[in-house]
Amino acid sequence: MSYAGFKTLFPKSDLIGFAVLAFILVVVLPLGVDIFRLNLIGKYLTYAFVAVGLVLCWGSGGILSLGQGVFFGVGGYAMAMFLKLEASSPENTAIQSTPGIPDFMDWNQITELPWFWQPFHSLTFTVLAIIIVPSIFAYIIGVAMFKRRVGGVYFAIITQAVAAIMTILVIGQQGYTGGVNGITDLRTLHGWDIRTDEAKYVFYFLCVFLLFVCLAVAQFVRKSKLGRLLVAMREMEDRVRFSGYDVSNFKIFVFCLGSAFAAIGGAMFTLQVGFMSPTLVGIVPSIEMVIFCAVGGRLSILGAVYGALVVNWAKTTLSESFPELWLFAMGALFIAVVMAFPNGLAGLYSKYCEPFIKKKYNSIRANRKGDVVAKGATHEQQ
Amino acid sequence: MANTINKHPAGSRSKLPGLVKSLMGAAAFASMALTAPASLAEVNTTDLAVTEDTVKVGILHSVTGTMAISETGSVQAEKLAIEQINAMGGVLGRKIEYVQEDGASDWPTFAEKSRKLLLNDKVAAVFGCWTSASRKAVLPVFEQYNGMLYYPTFYEGLEQSPNVIYTGQEATQQILAGIDWVVKEKKAKTFYLLGSDYIWPRTSNKIARKHIEKLGLKVVGEDYYPLGHTQFNSIINKFKLKKPDVIFASVVGGSNVAFYKQLKAAGIDMTKEKPLVLTISVTEDEILGIGGENIDGAYASMKYFQSLTNDNNQAFVKAFKERWGDDIVIGDVTQAAYLGPWLWKAAVEAAGSFDVDKVRAASPGIELTTAPEGYVKVHPNHHLWSKTRIGNAKTDGQYEIVYETPELIEPDPFPAGYQ
Amino acid sequence: MFADYSTSELMSIFAMQGFAGLILFSVFVLMALGLAIIFGQMGVINMAHGEFMILGAYVTYLTSNVFSEYMPSMFGSYFFIAMILAFIAAGALGMFVEWALIRHLYKRPLDTLLATWGLSLILQQIYRSVFGAREVGVTLPDWLMGSFQLSEIVEVPINGIFVMTLAIGISLAVAALMYKSRWGIQVRSVVQNRPMAGAVGINTSKVDRLTFGLGCGIAGVAGSAFTMIGSTGPTSGQLYIVDTFLVVVFGGAASLLGTIASAFTISQAQSTMEFFLSGSMAKVLTLLFVVVILMLRPQGLFSLKVRR
Repeated sequence: MSYAGFKTLFPKSDLIGFAVLAFILVVVLPLGVDIFRLNLIGKYLTYAFVAVGLVLCWGSGGILSLGQGVFFGVGGYAMAMFLKLEASSPENTAIQSTPGIPDFMDWNQITELPWFWQPFHSLTFTVLAIIIVPSIFAYIIGVAMFKRRVGGVYFAIITQAVAAIMTILVIGQQGYTGGVNGITDLRTLHGWDIRTDEAKYVFYFLCVFLLFVCLAVAQFVRKSKLGRLLVAMREMEDRVRFSGYDVSNFKIFVFCLGSAFAAIGGAMFTLQVGFMSPTLVGIVPSIEMVIFCAVGGRLSILGAVYGALVVNWAKTTLSESFPELWLFAMGALFIAVVMAFPNGLAGLYSKYCEPFIKKKYNSIRANRKGDVVAKGATHEQQ
Repeated sequence: MANTINKHPAGSRSKLPGLVKSLMGAAAFASMALTAPASLAEVNTTDLAVTEDTVKVGILHSVTGTMAISETGSVQAEKLAIEQINAMGGVLGRKIEYVQEDGASDWPTFAEKSRKLLLNDKVAAVFGCWTSASRKAVLPVFEQYNGMLYYPTFYEGLEQSPNVIYTGQEATQQILAGIDWVVKEKKAKTFYLLGSDYIWPRTSNKIARKHIEKLGLKVVGEDYYPLGHTQFNSIINKFKLKKPDVIFASVVGGSNVAFYKQLKAAGIDMTKEKPLVLTISVTEDEILGIGGENIDGAYASMKYFQSLTNDNNQAFVKAFKERWGDDIVIGDVTQAAYLGPWLWKAAVEAAGSFDVDKVRAASPGIELTTAPEGYVKVHPNHHLWSKTRIGNAKTDGQYEIVYETPELIEPDPFPAGYQ
Repeated sequence: MFADYSTSELMSIFAMQGFAGLILFSVFVLMALGLAIIFGQMGVINMAHGEFMILGAYVTYLTSNVFSEYMPSMFGSYFFIAMILAFIAAGALGMFVEWALIRHLYKRPLDTLLATWGLSLILQQIYRSVFGAREVGVTLPDWLMGSFQLSEIVEVPINGIFVMTLAIGISLAVAALMYKSRWGIQVRSVVQNRPMAGAVGINTSKVDRLTFGLGCGIAGVAGSAFTMIGSTGPTSGQLYIVDTFLVVVFGGAASLLGTIASAFTISQAQSTMEFFLSGSMAKVLTLLFVVVILMLRPQGLFSLKVRR
């Protein structure tokens, strides 16, 4: 990538933001907290994938989906199906009436692995499915809705209904999906135990890496023409349409992208937590994911990551110390974010912190201009 | 296992049979008698949170979210049991301190909190979980970090973990006796199976169906509704069409309230002989929400009812009301949750150690003669031997016990012929 | 499946099933009317709608307790007073919420969703702290509990008829209020063009507050009525929220008639399918049916002739 291209993609302020986040996630947290807390943070980060996708759809494009849990779930279930098949080898399941199939199928008198489980023996297929299946699903919903110019509140409520349908289906078809218990007791990935501390570190860093890949893609979308079109559509859709753009295609694309991010998050969730269940698919988790995004700042992809981290951290801490009060705190937080800080943490930052930092930075910069140029050159080599 | 531990609320510890004192039992006895705790190194070799005079345990239930309704009673029972044990001098001379965590009706949260309890708090045992889903979510955690879970709910069976003691009944214990009773006493010939749509009702109905068909009788219908469903008029019409002798119901949660209210409103009088409602999911706790007048006449098949008249239960009910208020009711699961801390205490004292491996080894054969439900005993498969009773719901929200199995029923989590 | 039954039995069952569908229809109408006003007329997504309903249910519970304690002789009629109190309580809370939260958010409809979701969490926790986590049982007067026996099989539950009457009554009242009264005209003009309505001298903020309060009040009455058929617990309100929104959206958000037509369609579809299929499959198919139709006809069954 050329220096100029890089510079447009990552203006200096964004670059600093990325670097700070990377520093926190890669250095500070792994050194600062034990593996139990780090694993929790890894879990929170899986929600950040969804929140980043929502920044694109909702913050930039004005499309609020209340069904992101569905895509999170599709990704998570795909990964869980692969791991479950590996955990249900004939030796492990010798006590069942049909060895070699997942335990919950055996309890439901299913004697043969259903056809749609078969391909999940392959890791390659699973990884592809995690990205492609939710994208296709999102594409179908997107075409049906956006081509007909359904948007705003209607879209939100229809996606919510989709989440409700998925939950009831998954719970009802328990012979094929594990029902309300979900797919549990996942053990190994190609023979490598995923429950050890070592595996947890590996997954944490993998999760951080993938998150940065998604963040980079999101940044690219935002800085490209597509991103500017999305914002334009959000503000005044008809004018964009009259300028000759096919608005729906852009919306469909960004919705698919958001769903693919969510699915990657879901797959990482399964790997780090060790199971997948319908409680992550339904309406409540889907709305919570929107809230992570709102708290972080719906216009900022980095804010979304902080939002997911902060809200979940608060939820865990509050429910540990005051289990009976955390709903009050959560409810108040959401109201406060909407009423007082509509742009979330990122908005607070850019309003209060950034001018201050800029002032400091500029005074330093005036003193040592030469250093900064050298720093820029190092970035180009990366 | 030769060790017999009797416990008495009055605090008398003098009834250990002299002949069967093992070395460990003797140590435990001595420690109690002298009130000088056994040395730390002796009772805790696995770095649990045990000090010279305290031991930490975990309580893990939902106090928020949809399941809080059901799990509140279990939390109260476990706290009461722990307080009573502490008032008697604790376990191996150590007071029990509990760390309470909220599972928030969310299974990943249960897994996260159980990991916290085992890894950070290093608790010696955890009393908790209610739904099967929450148990399935924490099970791998308990097996990985070798924790001990006391699980109170009646459940579908098909599980036997070395890291769980199941203090509620598994499905066959609860169901078979109930069906046998309606067939014998009420001459029932046809059954309609109804449940909420998840694993416990489906497995229970599967067992019920096999058993009914084995007896040469007929199942005329089987239906499931999503959790939280509140409209049951269609199924009630199906009852009227098929005219089953028995409606075998395993509806749970808020749906329960809607189901019984609508059943009554539709003119199905459960106090009449036909159709008769046999439920395995409505404890006294649920009746509080349903309203006694709406469920008057239904039969329930489970191991414990608040109205049991034995001395143990009367003392238990009295203590429970003193601690948590006069208008409280106690259901089957609440009682099973109350057994958890006592069974753990008995096992720890038999083992002479808090180490999970030793407690596990000591657990099979542990007996409680003072359980509110009567005598119970831990089976090597980690479930409890227990009796099953049939209760007839009355308008005051209590069950009148109409039948009790004469013998303890052996737990059989993997029932041959019912799968 | 019908081979074993006589024609008269079948007829009775179909009649019963039709009636079951009508009860479900009334339930949907009661749930959705309040939301149709708030969402349809004002464009506010009130995720706390279910909690307003449960407020009505708790008010009913308290009223029944007061009556059985102090005025047992009047117990038979407490239900009417409870419904009025439920309307007042939920309506007052609604107006307070409008004043404190919603009025700042009219320009950001999607944000009302987040704020009211936060509100619903807070309300749930308040219910839990005040009334306990367990469901409370509401004792109903005896005259509401029985059923009319029309033939050997056909029995009509009285509370079903009560819910139906209530649904019809409230629908008529709302329709009269919206389309015949001066206040209704003001509401509709504010919805269609706020600055213009203000310019001709309508106090738009007062209209907003009353409209929101009315919607919440109707939710309270619905909740009060649902103590007859459903459960009353801190989280019971969440059971209703998806169904309610779907009914309103399916009907075409701005149309009260549409809401009623959609409640009818959805309830009949669901109750017919429930009879032939298992309950959970029926639910899935109904939701799917609604979503598919909405994809084909996104503006809902009835809609104002304007396009975004």
